[in-house]
Amino acid sequence: MGDGIAMSAAVTLDNVTISYNRHPAVHHVSGTFEAGSLTAVAGPNGAGKSTLLKGIAGILSPDEGHISIKGATRKRIAYLPQAAELQRDFPMTVLHMIVTGYWQKTGGTGAITAAMREQASEALAAVGLRGFEKRPLSGLSAGQFQRALFARLLLQDAALMLLDEPFAAIDADTTAQLMDIILRWHQENRTVICVLHDFEQIKKYFPQCLLLARECIAWDSSAKALQPEHLLGARFFHDNWNAAPNLCERAV
Amino acid sequence: MMLYEYALQPFVDYGFMRRALAACAALAVGGAPLGVFLVLRRMALAGDAMSHAILPGVSLAFLCFGLSLEAMTLGGLLAGLAVAFAAGAVTRLTPLKEDASFTGTYLLSLAAGVLIISVHGSSIDLMHVLFGNVLAVGRESLLLVTSIATVSLLTLAAMYRSLIVECFDPGYLRAAGGNGAAMHQLFLGLVVLNLVAAFQALGTLMALGIMVLPAIASRLWSRDIDGAIALSIFFGLCSATIGLLLSYHYGLPSGPAIVLVAGLLYVISVLFGRQGGIAGRFFRERHYAA
Repeated sequence: MGDGIAMSAAVTLDNVTISYNRHPAVHHVSGTFEAGSLTAVAGPNGAGKSTLLKGIAGILSPDEGHISIKGATRKRIAYLPQAAELQRDFPMTVLHMIVTGYWQKTGGTGAITAAMREQASEALAAVGLRGFEKRPLSGLSAGQFQRALFARLLLQDAALMLLDEPFAAIDADTTAQLMDIILRWHQENRTVICVLHDFEQIKKYFPQCLLLARECIAWDSSAKALQPEHLLGARFFHDNWNAAPNLCERAV
Repeated sequence: MMLYEYALQPFVDYGFMRRALAACAALAVGGAPLGVFLVLRRMALAGDAMSHAILPGVSLAFLCFGLSLEAMTLGGLLAGLAVAFAAGAVTRLTPLKEDASFTGTYLLSLAAGVLIISVHGSSIDLMHVLFGNVLAVGRESLLLVTSIATVSLLTLAAMYRSLIVECFDPGYLRAAGGNGAAMHQLFLGLVVLNLVAAFQALGTLMALGIMVLPAIASRLWSRDIDGAIALSIFFGLCSATIGLLLSYHYGLPSGPAIVLVAGLLYVISVLFGRQGGIAGRFFRERHYAA
């Protein structure tokens, strides 16, 4: 959807640490997601991938360091949470759910126009859910639910897209279709940051990759970032969980 | 004619019955939509906590100013809001979940209320505060109840979309620049306001009944929020009318009568509701071709 070429946004991380109960989940990470870039964030479970995305989305605030976003106001950021964080049986129709994507235009009280409804139906068709407007969310499978969330993203027309494991528990056909949509966003010069686990998929479609294991292991072109020695370095990062670690004394 | 005498004549003949009906109708229309959201947010029991929290404010005002509508309303409102906001703050600032923080704060409030009444009041006062008296609703309190219903309906209409998005996907609302926390607190404020409106007529213990029972029942019939709200208002109006008539004809206390009728609708819905009622498990309908 969108209106052709969107303004893109650059995200700069300056020595960012985000922690839970003082234990850092993202630890002294610095670097830049260039405007219009398409970056995969990879790493083992508990590596801080979701935490980093929530930090960029403004849902969590860094303990230390700074996240700056150039070229987009907070309203032009689209954030797709992990599906498990939503109530899939919420009593709402598919159409009503996806038109919340117009939030930056309508706010809490603005009207949903006929043109918006039409565009919403087109978005549903684009994600392979033609005619699902009046279906209740509880009647969708996990994959269909994820497609519906993508339709909402299409309506958001955002400059910066943050996607947290968009293909978890999704079949191959759906994944391919949703991947096409992500590539189209990239062509439209939107900045896309996507948490993923499938290294082959990353190498095939994503030019850039940030390999995270609490700290930044590698942030480079995907082929370079996913070299074997980097992956090995990322694998064993939390082998020794320490309940009472020393304070981090790293120079800022 | 029988039906006319039974169902209409009491309201035609007596002003107190008309006022009681108008007050309960306002409570049903104002409270039912809030009840639907309480159920949606899994906060039906937090609503119970808030209805108990109102007690010390009302009883303190009663002791200081006697049977003054303004003082008791204001006292109840302040106590209810204090508990709602304290519980909200505890939830936000500590790892405690909402149920725990509500239980903690409302028990404090309830104990204080019972203490105040037992030290200074007679048991008749206690009964009045606990159970209310819908048939003694005067002009003044009718005006209060209808005003509160109007204000809460208008406020809810203005915050409707925000509140739904906050229920479904709070992270999305925050990322899109909406203020979900403020919406939540405003919503709790409306719940307290409606409970205070209802305590006069139904008493603090019954106040939640007309708000939440129709809402719970409606969820077993409707698959969307708009439908559930419309149905819960209808259930609330039925409960009020039938409850008042039973109370009139058989000399029953009106508050419990109204809540019991709402409870009966709830039981019927649990058994026969089209969306997940128990009967559906035994009479499975033939599946569609696609």
